[in-house]
Amino acid sequence: MSAADILSRDFELGFTYTRSTGPVVGRFLTDLRERRIVGNRASDGRVIVPPMEYDPVTAEALTDFVQVAECGAIVSWCWVTQPRAAHPLDEPFAWAMIRLDGADVPLIHCVAAGAETELATGARVRAVWAEQTRGFISDIRYFELVQGAS
Amino acid sequence: MQELAVVAFSQSDCLARAGAANEVELIMPQLQAVYAQVGIRNAQDVDFVCSGSCDYLQGAAFAFVAGVDALGAVPPIKESHVEMDAAWALYEAVLKIRMGQAESALLYGFSRSSSGDLPMVLSQQLDPYYLAPLWVDSISLAALQARLLLEAGLASEQDMAEVVVRSRRNARDNPHARLRGDLSIEALLAEDMFVSPLRRADCAPVADGAAAMIICTVARAREWGVPYAVLSGIDHRIETHNLGMRDLTDSPSTRLAARAAGVAEGPVEVAELYAPFSHQEIILARALELGPDTRVNPSGGVLAGNLMMASGLSRVGEVFRRIVAGDARRGVAHATSGPCLQHNLVAVLESAS
Repeated sequence: MSAADILSRDFELGFTYTRSTGPVVGRFLTDLRERRIVGNRASDGRVIVPPMEYDPVTAEALTDFVQVAECGAIVSWCWVTQPRAAHPLDEPFAWAMIRLDGADVPLIHCVAAGAETELATGARVRAVWAEQTRGFISDIRYFELVQGAS
Repeated sequence: MQELAVVAFSQSDCLARAGAANEVELIMPQLQAVYAQVGIRNAQDVDFVCSGSCDYLQGAAFAFVAGVDALGAVPPIKESHVEMDAAWALYEAVLKIRMGQAESALLYGFSRSSSGDLPMVLSQQLDPYYLAPLWVDSISLAALQARLLLEAGLASEQDMAEVVVRSRRNARDNPHARLRGDLSIEALLAEDMFVSPLRRADCAPVADGAAAMIICTVARAREWGVPYAVLSGIDHRIETHNLGMRDLTDSPSTRLAARAAGVAEGPVEVAELYAPFSHQEIILARALELGPDTRVNPSGGVLAGNLMMASGLSRVGEVFRRIVAGDARRGVAHATSGPCLQHNLVAVLESAS
C-alpha cells in the first residue's frame, strides 16, 4: 500500500483587526517615529522602558513619562547562529536585554555584531534607526556595539 | 472541604511528527485509556470535562472546538476549555468540584506543534507591541535567562549538562519519551552552541500528542473501587509580562504557589517539574526548596519529550502513577506557561492513608 497523500496549503497567521495603542504604548510608539525613546516611572520610582500602562506590583496606572538615551549597556544576551526567516536580521546576531541610560528596567531588542566574541555583558550599544520610522518597535532596526566604549 | 483524588492518567508517545493524525485521533486513545482505568463508558459518566490546548499552534481561532469531537457531540455535556496547558484544566476542575458542582471530571490536553515552527509561533503570544513584532523566539528568551543565571554564578554549564544527562537516563524507563539514553557530561559540553549559552540538548524536544486524566472526590473514588492518589494541594501564580522587571534567576511565582499548595508540609519524595530548558529545572528545584532526598523527574521530564499543552498535566500524572504504584508516598508536580517560567502551577499528591 502506498503512503497516503497529505493535503496541505499555505496559511498566514495574523491579526485581522487594528487597535488603538492608547496613551502609554501610543506615546512610546509615536516618540519612536521621532527617533526618541521614552519610558515611564513605576510606583517604586524605577524607570521602565518601554513604558507600561500599569505597575505590575501595585496595579497603579503609570503616567510619569521620562525620556531616556538611545544608548545603554547589555544586561544579558544570547547569540543566534542560524537566524529564522522572520527574525529581524539575516546574519547571525544577538538578542539582548539592554538597560538604556536613564532607565532602570532593561528592554529586549536585537544587536548586530560580526561575531559572538564581540559580545559581552556590560558592553555599550546604541540604537540604529530605520530609514523610515512608522511608530513600530522595529523603528529601532537593531542596536550596534559602540566600539571601545566599554 | 471535599478531599480530591486523581484516579486515572494516560499519555501518548511523544511523537516528533504525528503525520496526518488530527487532534481527535491524538486525543481518543488517551480518553479510552482513562475510561478503562476507572471502568466507565464515556464522557457521559463524569460530571465535568475540561481541556487545554492552544489555538496558536493550530493556527486558527476556536481550533480547540474540533477536539471536543473526541468526546462525542451528543448528548450535551458540561464542558470547558483553557487556552493553556491542561494542568490549568485540572485547576478549573478542582474549583468546580470544590464548589460542589461536580464530583468527577475528565481532563485532557493536546497539540500538534509540528504544524508550525513552535519557537516562532510562541513569539506571537508575547507583548503585541514591544516583542511580538520583533519575533523574539522562546528559545532565545530562555537563553537570555540562562546567561543571567550563569553570570550570577547561580549555575554552571556543567550543572545544566547534569540535568540533561539525568533526564535522558531516567527516560530509559519511559516508553513515551522522545529522547533517552546514556550521555556523558563531557560529550554534552563538547557539543556546539545552539542559541548560546544554550545547546540543543538544553532545550526540550517538542512533540505532538495528548494526555488525559480523571479526578473525583475521594468518596467517588471509593465508590468506583479504583486506586487513587489524594490531591492535597494545588495553586498557581503568575509574574508580570515585562521580562525586564522580573528576577529571571528565581521563580517567585513558584515559591508562592508552593507555599499555598503546602509543599513544605511533608517530605517530597518525588517531584516532576515542567522545565523546558535545563537551567530552568535548577531554578525550579530551588524555588520549591527540594532537598537531596527528592527524586527529580524520574520520568525524564520534558527534556526527554515535551507535549505542548499536555506536559503540565503529565507531570501530575507521573506523580500520580508513582504514588499508586507504591514508589512514593508524597510528591510534587509543577507546570509552567509563558516565557522564562512566567506562570507556574504547583500540586501536591499523597498516598491514600
